[in-house]
Amino acid sequence: MSGTPAISRSEAGDASAPSGEVVVEARGLSRRFGKRWAFARVDLTVRRSERWLILGANGSGKTTLLRALATAISPSLGRLRLFGQDPREDLAAARRRLALLSHRTGFYEDLTARDNLRVLARLAGHPDADLGAVLDRVGLEDRPDPVRAFSMGMRKRLALAAVIVQRPELVFLDEPFAALDPAGMEDVAALVRGLEGTVIVASHQVERAAALCDRALLMDAGLPRWTGPAHQAWMAWKAVQAPLAAAAGGAP
Amino acid sequence: MSELLHLFRKDLLIEWRSRSHGFALACFALTLLLLFSFAIGPDTKTMSLHAGAYLWMSLLLSSTLLLARSFQVEVEDGAIETLILAPASATRMFYAKALANAVQLAILAAVAVPAVYALYGVQLHGEVGGGHRLGQLVSVVALGAAGLAAPGTLYAALTARLHARQLLLPLLLFPLVVPCLLAAVKATTLIVRPSLSEAEFTSWLALLACFDVLYWSVCGILFGRVIEQ
Repeated sequence: MSGTPAISRSEAGDASAPSGEVVVEARGLSRRFGKRWAFARVDLTVRRSERWLILGANGSGKTTLLRALATAISPSLGRLRLFGQDPREDLAAARRRLALLSHRTGFYEDLTARDNLRVLARLAGHPDADLGAVLDRVGLEDRPDPVRAFSMGMRKRLALAAVIVQRPELVFLDEPFAALDPAGMEDVAALVRGLEGTVIVASHQVERAAALCDRALLMDAGLPRWTGPAHQAWMAWKAVQAPLAAAAGGAP
Repeated sequence: MSELLHLFRKDLLIEWRSRSHGFALACFALTLLLLFSFAIGPDTKTMSLHAGAYLWMSLLLSSTLLLARSFQVEVEDGAIETLILAPASATRMFYAKALANAVQLAILAAVAVPAVYALYGVQLHGEVGGGHRLGQLVSVVALGAAGLAAPGTLYAALTARLHARQLLLPLLLFPLVVPCLLAAVKATTLIVRPSLSEAEFTSWLALLACFDVLYWSVCGILFGRVIEQ
């Protein structure tokens, strides 16, 4: 994508949008890397305790959008407000209220699970956190071996423990089901259901992620294509993909 | 302050849990000293005269491996992003990391100095000008380690995500630390000489301290911009 074309359907036309305190407000949010737009003209309003799914195919811009919303990267254009304020005014204060589970789990490989959680708990201002209870909640034993020895499923559980220990009001989860077997996905889904606060999930595992969310934003080639109830996300995605599939089928 | 101490403790804990790296690094530093002694030849007088230079060359070359690793553990699994979003202050992250690197370099020097003593026939003991030479050497090592650690930490952060980081780090670091290295070598050479000029030693030590203050101030300011990129 080299420009910022129009959006086919924005949330402004979505009559089912609920009311409540706005936690995330993005207007015309765009991010470019060199000449390429990773995502463009995203309008999004997320209210307290809502669960949003950002879905789309690989390369659709959903991870970059999630990272921009989580202040991990800055947008190139547009306006972002978190908890009613521009996060750039007090970045540390905004970040103290959110947590991002990234595609990379973000741990020190040579430290134990407890060590890693202790680092985060203290930085988040919760030095008194009961780390044993948090590890127990995500189904991890308090073991002495380093994170380097953990399986992908254990890493995902620990990443969710890291989110829990920070006690955030706003949680961003990037591909929480990636590289997990079906049993692992079920376990992670149960943990995500148990998270408190506002949750925004970016995933291409549409049916599984939609079951955890109330509302959805469909991204396609860096543009927001549809916003609506999460249970309709799969149908919306198929509708967006259909012209592409037809074009591919008709190609010589 | 507690966040700084917490991050400092974390950095040291990581190194302690992966202490095989530290052991390998000490072996590398000792091997360099051994190779330098072979290169100079059997003349103990010449070896003793240049012992300070070889000690600091050994520490400088070893420091590039130590410094590069100190940020490799941060970017390996994206831990640094977790810290930034936690949120940890970039300034405190820098000072904690630089302090941990300086401590490790000082420990490395503590391992290398006895080897210099044994291989190069250096005499460190004796009262000269009211100051114990070993104490003076400790002060040079502490200031020299600090002088390498601050810019090294900044450049390690800058190059950590680059493919050619192993080459770029020394290329960027070495020219910058020349004044610090020069002062440390001169001060160390004066200590290992039979007669020590106290005034000359103090002036080199003061120069070393001045560059430390400069490095730690400027690098602390620049680090936030490097990290947020």
